[in-house]
Amino acid sequence: MRNVSLHIANGEQVAIIGPSGAGKTTLLHTLACALQPSAGGLQLGDVNPWRLTAKQLKTLRGQLFLAPQVPPLPPRQRVVTAVLAGLLPHQSFWASIKSLFYPSNIALADAALTRFDLSEKLFDRVDRLSGGERQRVGLARILASKASLLLVDEPLSALDPARAEQAIKTITGFAHERGATLVCTLHHVEMALKNFPRIVGMRDGEVVFDLVAADVTPQRLHDLYAQHLDELTQAAPLAEFAQPEPFKSASCVPPAMHLR
Amino acid sequence: MLVNSEFKPWVIFEAGNFKPAMNFLGDFFPPKTTPDFLIEVAAATWRTVAIATAGITLALLLAVPLALLSVQALSISALAGRMGLLPRIVRQILRWIMIILRSIPELIWALIFVRVVGLGPTSGVIAIALTYGGMLGKVYAEILESGEAHTTNALLRNGSSRLQALFYGLLPQNAAELTSYTVYRWECAIRSSAVLGFVGAGGLGQMLDSSMKAFNGAEVATMLLVFMGLVWFADWVSALLRKALG
Repeated sequence: MRNVSLHIANGEQVAIIGPSGAGKTTLLHTLACALQPSAGGLQLGDVNPWRLTAKQLKTLRGQLFLAPQVPPLPPRQRVVTAVLAGLLPHQSFWASIKSLFYPSNIALADAALTRFDLSEKLFDRVDRLSGGERQRVGLARILASKASLLLVDEPLSALDPARAEQAIKTITGFAHERGATLVCTLHHVEMALKNFPRIVGMRDGEVVFDLVAADVTPQRLHDLYAQHLDELTQAAPLAEFAQPEPFKSASCVPPAMHLR
Repeated sequence: MLVNSEFKPWVIFEAGNFKPAMNFLGDFFPPKTTPDFLIEVAAATWRTVAIATAGITLALLLAVPLALLSVQALSISALAGRMGLLPRIVRQILRWIMIILRSIPELIWALIFVRVVGLGPTSGVIAIALTYGGMLGKVYAEILESGEAHTTNALLRNGSSRLQALFYGLLPQNAAELTSYTVYRWECAIRSSAVLGFVGAGGLGQMLDSSMKAFNGAEVATMLLVFMGLVWFADWVSALLRKALG
């Protein structure tokens, strides 16, 4: 990534769009302190996370929530446990162990799942769910967390249009209620324009535009997706969901990624 | 190669060897089933199982912390690029400790501890604990590494502690493999404690040793059947646990 300069205010809702390989996920991971910029700086609130001690960084990570594209759910876990894992940073070790055997806050998990129409799956095992259901369970975990910065990577890739609409409305609505900042990468351009006030367009690791949604003209979109017009016209390719997440482990990121 | 290894199968058929050997083997059937012998075997079996179980339990106490401290999937510093220098050194040292522990066969450990604590089950238990501690630690770490790190990473990135990530991400993903490997190792420990009996660590092995020396085929046969039963039992327990953790 290069020439990326963004200022995101508290409580703002931003969608990042752009063709595959534009660096959307890398940007999100950088914001989540999951990747350290090799050049340039990152400031969350008034701190530089990479100057913090390990313990402070852990506390900071507890205040942000990175939801990866592939929902991080162990197959043999029950849905209620998977959702309540969003609470872990704010739970003591013993409380979280107790919650494994008797879920500590079933009501919270149920409320989160209800907003995604999944409350009947509360006690099912994750491996009994369909791909779309898993993705929504992964999103429900956001609702269980107490984070004030939500970083969501391709939340709609496995959802049909109706479900996608519902999911994105739930996430933006929740961020609004909570007063949390929301940054969301989206393949689905229409959905982004419809639901987010501010749109950041990325291509080849660079920010091409950073505009309010009303100013994103078809011409700009056309330029942004110049070599990938097929991605603009069709919604997020479902096949992408099956692919391994590109940045599964931070150590496999090519060293040439820069954030200046 | 045959010369070097002094492998001379034909000596079996030399008159002096063949007859006693055949007598010994012929004695295998029927196995000895007199009540007082069976009681003796049961006591020795119980002792063997106890040695193996105690050994494995101690090995777990050694292996679990070693594995958890050396597993890379739970490294917070490795989340963002390269692991820190200190954690890397610590992990390397732990790996060396596990190599030392398991590179010495339990038989040798047992011989050493028979000198130290004298004849009896204690040396067998310690021997199994040390060798198996190294083995279990290494394999646990590898099982935990081999699964997908995705769920664990996501938890760590969102500020969970290492132990929380272990219980909510790593274990649910690998519990069945870990269990079946542990039960398999328990089975190996039972076999191993039999061998350790030959150097005086008690249990079925010691009984087997004296029956062998007395060329008592019927007794040996009974004890070998007991071994088969034990291994079958371990297999059954493993299947049961795997199913429960499904």
